[in-house]
Parts: sequence; structure tokens; C-alpha cells
Amino acid sequence: MPAMFELIDFSEQGWGSALLKGLWMTLQISAGAFVVGLFIGLVVACLKLNAPKPIAALMRGYTTLFRAVPELLLILLLYYVGSMLLNSLMARMGYGAMDVSGPLAAILVLGLVQGAYASEIFRAAIQAIPFGQIEAARAFGQSGFGLFRRVTLPIMAPYAMAGMANLWINLIKDSALISVVGTNELLYTAKQGAGSTRHYLLFYLTAAAMYYVVTLVSNYLSGRLERRTRRWMPLAE
Amino acid sequence: MIPAWIVEYAALLGRGLQTSITLLLFASAFGFLLAVLVALARISKNKVIAKASLFYTSVFRGTPLLIQIYIFYYGLGSLFAQFPLIRGSFLWPYLRDGYWYIVFALVLSVGAYVGEVIRGGLLAVPKGEMEAASAFGMTPRQSLLRVRLPRAMRLLLPTLAGETVMLLKSTALASTIAVIDLLGAANVVRAQTLQVYQPLLLVAGVYVCLTFLIEALFAFAERRGTPLRRAV
Repeated sequence: MPAMFELIDFSEQGWGSALLKGLWMTLQISAGAFVVGLFIGLVVACLKLNAPKPIAALMRGYTTLFRAVPELLLILLLYYVGSMLLNSLMARMGYGAMDVSGPLAAILVLGLVQGAYASEIFRAAIQAIPFGQIEAARAFGQSGFGLFRRVTLPIMAPYAMAGMANLWINLIKDSALISVVGTNELLYTAKQGAGSTRHYLLFYLTAAAMYYVVTLVSNYLSGRLERRTRRWMPLAE
Repeated sequence: MIPAWIVEYAALLGRGLQTSITLLLFASAFGFLLAVLVALARISKNKVIAKASLFYTSVFRGTPLLIQIYIFYYGLGSLFAQFPLIRGSFLWPYLRDGYWYIVFALVLSVGAYVGEVIRGGLLAVPKGEMEAASAFGMTPRQSLLRVRLPRAMRLLLPTLAGETVMLLKSTALASTIAVIDLLGAANVVRAQTLQVYQPLLLVAGVYVCLTFLIEALFAFAERRGTPLRRAV
């Protein structure tokens, strides 16, 4: 039994450092996708609330579609369609085919899925802002992006925090799906280890424990961050 | 008008759809039962039971479903295969098939996610109604089944609709362990016809339709109310 655990230690034959590298890749992909999702979510939420009707309807369609289709299917679809479009574009411009597999594509794909969920959270958070606050800001002569950055964003942050923390946890879990298209993140590394040593249970349980630690730490940190963004709010809530 | 490959593979895609739907039904039915037990354990006065159930929900909600599926299918599956006793038993044909591993994984996952939801619902039922139930001479078990659970369900219908849609999307993970569900069927068609993404688009459309169907069913249930409510 103890001999089995040598497989995941940090010696030359051990998979320990490979798994940690996979975890690092998972965290990088998740963080990147979170930032992309944050940006898409903010833009789409603003468009849903303020843009002319056809554009707002288009944005609602994006949210509905991306929340109704399984993430795994979206990842496959965006990977293959994306790589095909990119390659035909490259071919037209006279370059050779490009290999799209890799962290960057994973970040974009997960970010697009993430953006759909984030936009709904931001829309609700923006709508929760008392309108008087916006009017007050206008009365002070603010407008456009300045108003958004100085007034809308800080006031809506506490309303959006809990939802975004949940999304981050979901994102870490969804990032495991990327292993299906062959990016060497944590689950993919575990799969390789399991396949080559035939100790499936050991590798998958180890990887699961690593994901679990990440979610536990995330929960703890997001709880603290939430208290911090809420600090100006009346306690009565 | 309809592309030839859809006609040719209609039977396969139909079977895939059937597999996805039965997965959804099995997992939601058994998962719901487990979820009620988990919720009751979570609010139990017995500290050990409450802690154990908290740990279960935390682990199953804190790790990716895909890795749970791998643990059951590859991990337990390869473990089972080592015992001749299990290999020889009448259960082996079932233990070899990825389908039941997916059902098992989905049931456990639904138990954890929906268990948390139901716990919230049970805690949201006003205390006075529980007291009224026991004043009518109901045993704790009767008041749970006749008053507390139905009330909680009514409060939770919109949330449960969301959870069911999540479950539908989770069933697509069946394709990763060679179960031919809707997505699995699309992958077979892709491999055989060399079409890169058209089959994926088709099944994406089917998933969207199924989502709307689930939402419509729950909206209908919400409008109609529970039978108890109508009797009044």
C-alpha cells in the first residue's frame, strides 16, 4: 500500500510535481476565464439595460443559449468551430494552419460561458442600486464611464459579490471539462498518470482532493472579501 | 431540405435522446429522495449525523462532477474488475456498463446540491404551521410528510426548476465514459460522417428545447399549485 503512494510523491518517478503543475494551469485558466467573464458580463449587462431593443434582445439570446446548453457541448462546439474559423481565416491571409488547443483557447471558451452567467448577476446588481444614487451622481455633473466607475460599480459590488463567488467556484469545477479537449490542466494530468500507472483511484482521488482544497480556500477568501465590500452598508440588512 | 446525415442517423440520435432523458428521470427521482434525506440529516439535532451530511455536501459540491464520474467509473470500476467474485456475479453486466455509474454519480451529486436547497426550504416553513400540525395530533413523521415537505416544495419550485436544468446539462458528461447519450450520439455521427460541428449544433438545439420544456413544466406546476392547496 505505501509503495502506491510513491507514485504521487515528488521523486523522479513520482507524479507529484506534474499534478501541482496541472493545478497551477487550472488556476491560471480559471483566473483568466474569470477576468474574461467579468468583462463580458459587465458589457453584456450594460447592453441589456441600456442598448437599443434589437441589441438587448441579442444579448438576452446569448445568455439564454449559453445557460441552456451543456458546458461540455459548448466547449466542444467553440473549440471546433473556433479553430475552423481561425484556420480558414489564416488560410485566407496566406498562413498555415494553427493549433488552437491550449490554455488561451480554454480561457476564451470558459470566459464566454462565464460571461453569460455573470451578465445576469451584474444586471440584477445594477438594478438593485437605488436610482436616487445615479440621479445624485448626474446632479453632480458626472456622466458616462466616469459615473459607471465612480458610482455604479462600487454600489453594485456588494450585491454582485455572493453570485460572483459562486461563479468562481463553478468555474474551477468547469475548468475540469477542458481536459476533454486536451489542455494539460489538473484533471488531464491526473488522467495521464492514472492511465500510465493503472492506479485510477489514487490519481483521481488525489486530484479531487486538490480541487476540494481550492474550493475550500476560495470559499474562505470570498467570505472575507464579501465582508470587505459590504463594509459601508448598513448592518440592518 | 433536411441534411442526409440527420435522416441516416435519426435512429441513433433518437436513442441518444432517450438515454439522456432516462438519465435525467432516474437521477432526479432517486437524487430527490437522497436530497430529502440529506436535508433532514443536515437539520438533525444529532451532531454526528449533521456533521457527516455537511461533509458529504461540501465534498460533492466542492469537486468537479467529471472527476467524481471518473472516480466511480475508472476507479471503482477497475477495483471491481479485480475480484472474480464480482466478475462472476449477475451484477457484472451492470457494473461494466458506464450507464449505471453515471446514474450513481448524478444521484449523489443531486443529493448534495438539492439537499442544500431543500434544507433551506425546510427551514423556511413557518414554525407555527409545524406546531399546528402537532396540535392536530400528527406524529412528527406525519407532519413532516403532510405539512413541512409539501410547503417547502412549493417555496422551492423555481429553484428546483433551475437545478433540474443543471442536471440535464450534467447528463451530457455521460458521453465522456462512452455512454451514447445525446452528446455521445452526436460524437458518433461526427466520427462517422467527418462533420466537424454540425451534429453538435443540432444536439445543442435539442438541449435548448429540453430546457424550455423543463421550465414550462415547472411553471405549470407552480401555477397549478400542490394538490393540498387546491383542496382548500
